[in-house]
Amino acid sequence: MKLLVCISKAPDTTAKISFSADNKEFNSAGVQYILNPYDEWYSLVRALELVEAQGGTVTVVNVGPAENDTLIRKALAIGANDAVRIDAQPLSAMFVAKQIAAYAKEQNFDAIFCGKETIDYNGAEVGPMLAEYLDLPFLSFANHLEFDGGKAKVSRDIGDGTEVVEVEMPFVLSAAKDLAEQRIPNMMGIMKAKQKPLQVVAPVDFQDKVKVTTYELPPAKTAVKLIDPENMDELVRLLHEEAKVI
Amino acid sequence: MSVLIYVESNKGGFKKTAFEAVTYGRKTADALGVPCVALVLGAAENAGSLGSYGASRVLQVQDAGLENFDSQVYANVIAQAAESVGAQVVVLSQTANGKALLGRLAVRLDAGSVSGAIALPDTKGGFRVRKSVFSGKAFAEYELGTEKKVISLAGNSIPVEQLGSPVAVEALSVDVPAPKVRLVEIKRIEGDIPLPEAELVVSGGRGMKGPENWGILEDLGKALGATLACSRPVADSDWRPHHEHVGQTGGVIRPNLYIAVGISGAIQHLAGVNNSKVIVVINKDPEAPFFKAADYGVVGDLFEVVPRLTEAVKKFKAS
Repeated sequence: MKLLVCISKAPDTTAKISFSADNKEFNSAGVQYILNPYDEWYSLVRALELVEAQGGTVTVVNVGPAENDTLIRKALAIGANDAVRIDAQPLSAMFVAKQIAAYAKEQNFDAIFCGKETIDYNGAEVGPMLAEYLDLPFLSFANHLEFDGGKAKVSRDIGDGTEVVEVEMPFVLSAAKDLAEQRIPNMMGIMKAKQKPLQVVAPVDFQDKVKVTTYELPPAKTAVKLIDPENMDELVRLLHEEAKVI
Repeated sequence: MSVLIYVESNKGGFKKTAFEAVTYGRKTADALGVPCVALVLGAAENAGSLGSYGASRVLQVQDAGLENFDSQVYANVIAQAAESVGAQVVVLSQTANGKALLGRLAVRLDAGSVSGAIALPDTKGGFRVRKSVFSGKAFAEYELGTEKKVISLAGNSIPVEQLGSPVAVEALSVDVPAPKVRLVEIKRIEGDIPLPEAELVVSGGRGMKGPENWGILEDLGKALGATLACSRPVADSDWRPHHEHVGQTGGVIRPNLYIAVGISGAIQHLAGVNNSKVIVVINKDPEAPFFKAADYGVVGDLFEVVPRLTEAVKKFKAS
């Protein structure tokens, strides 16, 4: 079984978000970057569990500059067999999908895993775009996955419940919470990761179709209005008359 | 030229998010000076009623291959419909299935895309769409320079409006490829309005002390007609089901009212809820960081305050 796991870089969940003075660029000064949690905790770990149980390899792929190698090595330390970095600064989801599709097309993976979404741009677009470029089925928001012969059984989140579906390989999947449990790399994994292959490939040409023109922080909240805990009628009145939400 | 809205049907009917998408599509079409066409796939009663929300035409494709959702099949059919009506903008709802379709359609139509728009596009001197980024910590404006555009609309972002009257449903004939995804079973959460669509949300955190205490939140939720949510530690401890988890790595929601009970307000939790229009925080610790993000705050013992609030809501509803 040959699996590909797409990993991306995202600001740490506790990062304070700020922008350049003209609001045109994200201010990365002082921001700690992590592997996108959905990619690392659920997608990568489930791929590893399946390969550990049934044999095969897990390759991780990232689209990004050389500074991402530290994070890619972390994925190798968690257990991936090898890594590919497509050497480009990604500016849109379609750019990323196009690059990964160009690489994966020649590789005959049995399944390609993505995270549900990245925690920076929250688009959930790379998985379905990749599936469309490769003309493969796509299963979004998987919270349970089993392989059985050439087939996969997937439980997926559909917003107001879950649905269980079956699909033949190959396919593309996006991982939601519950698909697996986060793994912390151990010393042995970290040592081994240094020796594992990390191949750097050149990007294919692609013109971005969308561009962020401005960023904006939410307006500062006005000071909280404190309500007497004995007087909940007053809170209900304010929610009705002032806030007009009930 | 036109704007095409793919209107999701659910068990043969439509949800509020579907009507929001039609209203959004109509207003976008008006701004561009083109007709607004709604597309329904599979069985749906009353598809013609979408005219009331602004669709000037309603197209429906009925085919055995559309009985269950397969993003590959649905994207193929929507793209064919988009081509047949010369759609320059395709609007979807930002639902679980809508998210699976957006990227596929963008590639298929060679279009620029924005996932989770929160406002109508700005069409003066270009085409710009606003969305929430960094899991609710900021907003970004996207410029789409492509001839074709695909946009999904985040739930509860624009009000549903009556912009027309019912129209006759036109059957659309397209090639429907054979699905590759086979449905085994569907398990729906009955009763509650799903969190992404909910206007009112009551949420509990570690301050609730244990799953056995959730009765007071259920009572408040019932009195208000609100959906229940929880913080990450609560879901991680299995006090509540995972689908109720809101925050950076759970659901990101934008209800009209979010009542946080016994939640301290860590930055990861705030990221998922700070686009709520009004936030009420109930916490016994006056130093809880959540009060800084709140509109209304109650410093007190939640086990006393919540039942009191439930009674006040019941009294208000009865009056």
